[in-house]
Amino acid sequence: MTAVTSAAFDGGFRQPVFDAQTTFRAIMDALARPGRRVICRPLATAPAPMSPLMAAVALTLVDPETPVWLDGALAASADVRGWFAFQTGAPMVDQPADAAFAFVVDPARMPPLSAFAQGTPEYPDRSTTLVVSAESVEDTGAVFTGPGIETSVLFDTRPAIPAFAEQWQANRALFPRGVDLLFVAADAIVGLPRSSRLRTG
Amino acid sequence: MYVAVKGGERAIENAHRLLADERRGDRTLPSITLEQIAGQLSLAVDRVMAEGSLFDRDLAALAVKQARGDLIEAIFLIRAYRTTLPRFGATHPIETAAMRVRRRISATFKDLPGGQLLGPTFDYTHRLLDPDLAGDPDLPAPALRPELPTAMPRVTDLLGNEGLIEADPAETGEPVGDLTREPLSFPADRDLRLQGLARGDEGYLLALAYSTQRGYGRTHPFVGEIRMGEVEVEIDVPELGFSVVIGRITVTECQMVNQFKGSAKAPPAFTRGYGLAFGHQERKAMSMALVDRSLRAGELGEDRTAPAQDEEFVLSHCDNVQSTGFVEHLKLPHYVDFQAELDLVRRMRTEVAEKREAAE
Amino acid sequence: MNALPPTAATVAHDTPAYNFAYLDEQTKRMIRRAILKGIAIPGYQVPFASREMPMPYGWGTGGVQVTAAVLGPDDVLKVIDQGADDTTNAVAIRGFFRKTAGVRTTTHTAEATVIQTRHRIPEAPLAEHQILVYQVPIPEPLRFLEPRETETRTMHALEEYGLMHVKLYEDIARHGHIATTYAYPVKVDGRYIMDPSPTPKFDNPKMHRSKALQLFGAGREKRIYAIPPHTDVVSLDFEDHPFKVQTFAQPCALCAAEGVYLDEVLLDDKGGRMFVCSDTDNCEERRAAGHRGALAGDDISRKDRS
Repeated sequence: MTAVTSAAFDGGFRQPVFDAQTTFRAIMDALARPGRRVICRPLATAPAPMSPLMAAVALTLVDPETPVWLDGALAASADVRGWFAFQTGAPMVDQPADAAFAFVVDPARMPPLSAFAQGTPEYPDRSTTLVVSAESVEDTGAVFTGPGIETSVLFDTRPAIPAFAEQWQANRALFPRGVDLLFVAADAIVGLPRSSRLRTG
Repeated sequence: MYVAVKGGERAIENAHRLLADERRGDRTLPSITLEQIAGQLSLAVDRVMAEGSLFDRDLAALAVKQARGDLIEAIFLIRAYRTTLPRFGATHPIETAAMRVRRRISATFKDLPGGQLLGPTFDYTHRLLDPDLAGDPDLPAPALRPELPTAMPRVTDLLGNEGLIEADPAETGEPVGDLTREPLSFPADRDLRLQGLARGDEGYLLALAYSTQRGYGRTHPFVGEIRMGEVEVEIDVPELGFSVVIGRITVTECQMVNQFKGSAKAPPAFTRGYGLAFGHQERKAMSMALVDRSLRAGELGEDRTAPAQDEEFVLSHCDNVQSTGFVEHLKLPHYVDFQAELDLVRRMRTEVAEKREAAE
Repeated sequence: MNALPPTAATVAHDTPAYNFAYLDEQTKRMIRRAILKGIAIPGYQVPFASREMPMPYGWGTGGVQVTAAVLGPDDVLKVIDQGADDTTNAVAIRGFFRKTAGVRTTTHTAEATVIQTRHRIPEAPLAEHQILVYQVPIPEPLRFLEPRETETRTMHALEEYGLMHVKLYEDIARHGHIATTYAYPVKVDGRYIMDPSPTPKFDNPKMHRSKALQLFGAGREKRIYAIPPHTDVVSLDFEDHPFKVQTFAQPCALCAAEGVYLDEVLLDDKGGRMFVCSDTDNCEERRAAGHRGALAGDDISRKDRS
């Protein structure tokens, strides 16, 4: 671990009110239309390995009321931790199950989806929203159906989350409990809410 | 031809002008000043501060004036303003044992350290209209103590020293809840219940408190103590590394001493009901203390049978800004839904008539 | 610590500077998070820390908070109450956003990107880019069967909806009809029973697989819920009593539209009445396109009722 540099204090929204609104509409659109690439210009920056668009998503959703969990690659950077502390004031948690939001830049090594907060039967909203880096989003691969999807949608992200199909089916089986995913590419967001069904066979 | 109702914007604007006109009233009379409201209608101002959850006499006076004396409307104005204010931090709990006491009475002991101090009260006034008050009569100066007492032990502390009353709940270090920042869910902890009651409608709490006295969840209360006066408000300033007093506020505190509880393990002891309100709000603090104690029924192993013991019922309906909004919303247009009902009632009446005809 | 609460003097003399769309950013974030949960769990009521708004509870504070949280400077806002743009409450809310957000407003359904509504869904089908925000008084569809939140929350958790079916069936036994004509319960994506807000049941089919995102805000009750686009929304019914919408015996007296929801207007105290479109924009557009109803003929167009 290294000391915090001035990078922690850079990269916030230039126009906090309007930039947050623009980014939120993209996030909302992405969750309301699962599997669709919603284009979103990054309006913020953060220290590596956090991407500018992931930074914008964090600034839009996270604040002192939302416990945040960072994956190993992010947590290893004192600048990233400093950036979160300075820009959002969000409390950091060690256990994925305590997080309202989780940020993942290394999907290949992330904990299973079941390790995050799943909500309760009475309050299924008390679950983790995962914001996951995607180098690329392809409209091939797995087929999803469900709310927000007119017929069906194909999509796949790289790098992949290990055993994603099995994990997603287990997540969907918990409905209305379960986690929601936001995949963040360089200039686009793809949402995968817990309501999406993975078509098999 | 039928002309639909138009011009809503102009109608609204004119209605508001009419309102302003009637609020001002007779222009030959001077406009009432905020100082007059804050100084001479001080209990109205206190109620607006208490239920508006904002200690600011000037703003409360302004709200009373703007609301033409409609206190629920004034409370609403204060609440809508309060919600836009940034939060700088939380104060330390106020120390009512260190209150500069202006009134203090106990119904449980004839005399006690610090004594009984009547202070400014309606109690024992003969409720006879005073025609002199139509004018501005000269008043004899009241006799005041040279120095207000600043450290007066609370009756509950005196009882507590002997273990006769349940101890105050231990400081847990947990942050105190705030139902204006987090939606209330049930069961609610006592901090949230007390916050809800402190903001709650005085009339509603009074009626609930009264119902407990008449047997709907009886708790056998004694007024251990009511005290009113000024307390210091302290806040930590992280930049300085210590806390500073940011001001003084007037509060009324009521500690009810209620029927004892005991078990094989714990010897019998009296139980507490607590009420606290901004300003001089004795009726409110007493009602709050009675209802607080009633809401502790579950915790104290009592049957929950009465409305005042039902926290979901009490807390869901105690906020007069909410209740007045929803009751008054019935005057908004509902003709779309009424049309749907009209259609069904007409259809069902036709069917009944047809059946009757067929039977004849 | 220099920003202590203002005194009456500063309030009286300063024009308060409110944030874009009134709400502060922290509040918007909180509402936005609730909206996202609502979208992810269609039909589930997400608790949110509803703020006190400068308008009364029960008058659209939930809808206003949702609209304020989604609205941006490029949006075009339409506000309707009872289907009409010119009802007093719609006028007041539209004015609120014009003042606090400076957004463009419209009465044309097709032009709007965000439509806030009370009691109606526009007649024209909504498009992909549109968001419909409902003002909701009582979000809990089971509330009139079971007043306790603690109970209804468990019923939703266990998907225990028998009570609702019993209630509807009792109606049939007593009246020969399901006696619910508005706020008619629906099931969303086969899971949650949801209150569509007090829209007439006539509008229920418009929610089913709508292309627009539908957001519901209940300010006093502190709940937000949502229906994503293309989501199944099914009105509860029985095989022997299938769900049916209201029909009107006559077309709109102004634009001759059929298959739309009509308001009954009393013309005199001798039983004279007419039926006109509840959706004022739809009616005006039809008339602009040359449609004429029985009481909109050119020959009587100059005769004012007053």
